[in-house]
Amino acid sequence: MISRRDFLQAAVAASAVYGASGVGNWARLAAQQALTQDQLLNFDTFGNVTLIHVTDIHGQLKPLWFREPEINLGVGAVNGLPPHVTGQDFLKMFNLAPGTPHAYALSHVDFVSLARAYGKMGGLDRVASVVNAIRSDRPDALLLDGGDTWHGSYTCLKTQAQDMVNVMNALKPDAMTSHWEFTLGIDRVTEIVEGLDFPFLGANVFDAEWDEPAYEPYKMFDRGGAKIAVIGQAFPYMPIANPGWMFPGLSFGVREERMAEVVAEVRDAGADLVVVLSHNGFDTDRKMAAQVPGIDVILTGHTHDALPEPVLVGKTMLIASGSNGKFVTRLDLDVQNGQLLGFRHKLIPVFSDVIEPDAEMASLIDEQRAPYKAELDEVLGTTDSLLYRRGNFNGTWDDLICNALIDEREADIALSPGFRWGPSLLPGDPITREDVFNATSMSYPNAYRSEMTGEMLHVILEDVADNLFNPDPYYQQGGDMVRVGGMGYQIDVSKPQGSRITNMTLLKTGEVIDPSKTYVVSGWASVNEGTEGPPIWDVVETYVKRMGTVHVDPNKSVKVVGA
Amino acid sequence: MDFTRRGVLAVGAGVAATLMLPVRGAMAATEDKIAAFTGGAATGTGGITLTSPEIAENGNTVPIEVDAPGAVSILVLAAGNPTPDVCTFGFGPLSGAQRASTRIRLAGTQDVIAVAKMADGSFVRAQNTVKVTIGGCGG
Repeated sequence: MISRRDFLQAAVAASAVYGASGVGNWARLAAQQALTQDQLLNFDTFGNVTLIHVTDIHGQLKPLWFREPEINLGVGAVNGLPPHVTGQDFLKMFNLAPGTPHAYALSHVDFVSLARAYGKMGGLDRVASVVNAIRSDRPDALLLDGGDTWHGSYTCLKTQAQDMVNVMNALKPDAMTSHWEFTLGIDRVTEIVEGLDFPFLGANVFDAEWDEPAYEPYKMFDRGGAKIAVIGQAFPYMPIANPGWMFPGLSFGVREERMAEVVAEVRDAGADLVVVLSHNGFDTDRKMAAQVPGIDVILTGHTHDALPEPVLVGKTMLIASGSNGKFVTRLDLDVQNGQLLGFRHKLIPVFSDVIEPDAEMASLIDEQRAPYKAELDEVLGTTDSLLYRRGNFNGTWDDLICNALIDEREADIALSPGFRWGPSLLPGDPITREDVFNATSMSYPNAYRSEMTGEMLHVILEDVADNLFNPDPYYQQGGDMVRVGGMGYQIDVSKPQGSRITNMTLLKTGEVIDPSKTYVVSGWASVNEGTEGPPIWDVVETYVKRMGTVHVDPNKSVKVVGA
Repeated sequence: MDFTRRGVLAVGAGVAATLMLPVRGAMAATEDKIAAFTGGAATGTGGITLTSPEIAENGNTVPIEVDAPGAVSILVLAAGNPTPDVCTFGFGPLSGAQRASTRIRLAGTQDVIAVAKMADGSFVRAQNTVKVTIGGCGG
């Protein structure tokens, strides 16, 4: 595992004047045991260019709980490297004291009690206050949105993302890239994109038929006397990981050669600074940074990682700004004559009880939600367990969903996709309809019920595991591991595809899964067109109402080895 | 240009179970095909670029491109297909570039191999793994 010392030395080695990060400020805040908006936003303006990065907001307009992962394994070369460091190891690596606000914001350690102490995070009205404060320091700061913005909530689903479009338009980003946006269907995406005041970038999005670029690859900005190229990189595995039939004319892919071409093109056009606004995921970006020369900054997304310091790969700086509006990154840069001379970085945690909401944005958000208020607020039940999703393997939210699928759909085994989005709920919290949609909202929600052989189940688990644990990040296509209800298994993450998954066991009988036997399996979010079944939120709502109070025991049926 | 589509598996639900099983016969057949193309000569690396997606968006139609400046012909094989032959591109003396692209069908995760015969009679080889996956679970 890389030590903090190695990490800092790598940073220092890049340039003698390479700057400071905001961690030190956090530590001081912690010592004072007090948080104020001024302290959170305090930043000694530096250089001539400011980038503001938000990503993976997933439709979340209001403050929320979001527990960071307890398990986030890295395989191969990235084993033990950030972001594959969690819990106490994470706190040690970044020198953060347990129990402090930053420990709460950035790790799962002691999450429930710290959540009660420090409150919810995010809320786009608070994010607006942060952005406004940065713009008052640096009026021409670039605000860049890494995508997964037009998806993830009840109102986003009901308005086909118009709520997010309205709110983000008021925030005035300078560019965005995309992933879940395309699950609105290509017609709706086109309709929205045509009305945007800022570019929807995707250098790696091509017309599938003619193999021609489908969207603007980059946008050039003049800022602080420098030319800044912002290149967009959409999620590479869109038609594989999500339903390709919703955007049939488009082809994606990492397309490393294309990125190299575009970087060369913008350099030839006089770019002093090359920024990639990416939805690749952190490990893919780390590889791309090593393979493609000439990128100064990659603003990473997709994998929802929040890192309090940039990660340097050669001369490229990787920034990880978290998800769900929980953080805003401010990156000040000194760019002179085509050279990045220094930086100052701060991952600003959006403590919703500390940062004053922007009044205009708050009323705009309320306006989006007003028509749906009664449905959103309806309490369906209560949880007496912490409900969370994020992590490589089963989280309690998905265990609840799997329990609902098994009960309501009379299945032996349930499968719930390893999405990274979905906020948390604390023990004792009411479960509202809004909460259920925050964990399930999507455009292909049908809860199927079908028969599968044990062999087929094994193939599926092996396939998904390879999408997460293939040692080459360019071959990792998707989210976290598929969550399984009613069945236990062992996974050796160090093995190749086909031999990672063993000891598959039907939990209700304790029997080993028979490859030739048929089991009733229920799941949701199939990428196949024409999948039949009720929407998953109805299944979960019925179950929660019937249970009244839900209780989810810690899942002990997945055994992980080889990490 | 010869296209051989004989015996290629239909990619559908039924093929999922064979996704990761290399077809041993086909692997040996691939080496035989290369030997027949090169006459048993050794193959070098460099001077040939094979571009393919890391993960196929649709295993039934996977775009690939080969580029080998100075080549007279380029053999393309899909090592994991029941019949590995894909095609052989020939380039005459008036060819402006020795580059070609096509779309191929892949029965499952496998290596795509390109071998170029250069004007001086030497051979160079490139190969990429293309993953064919069930899909879903997109973060």
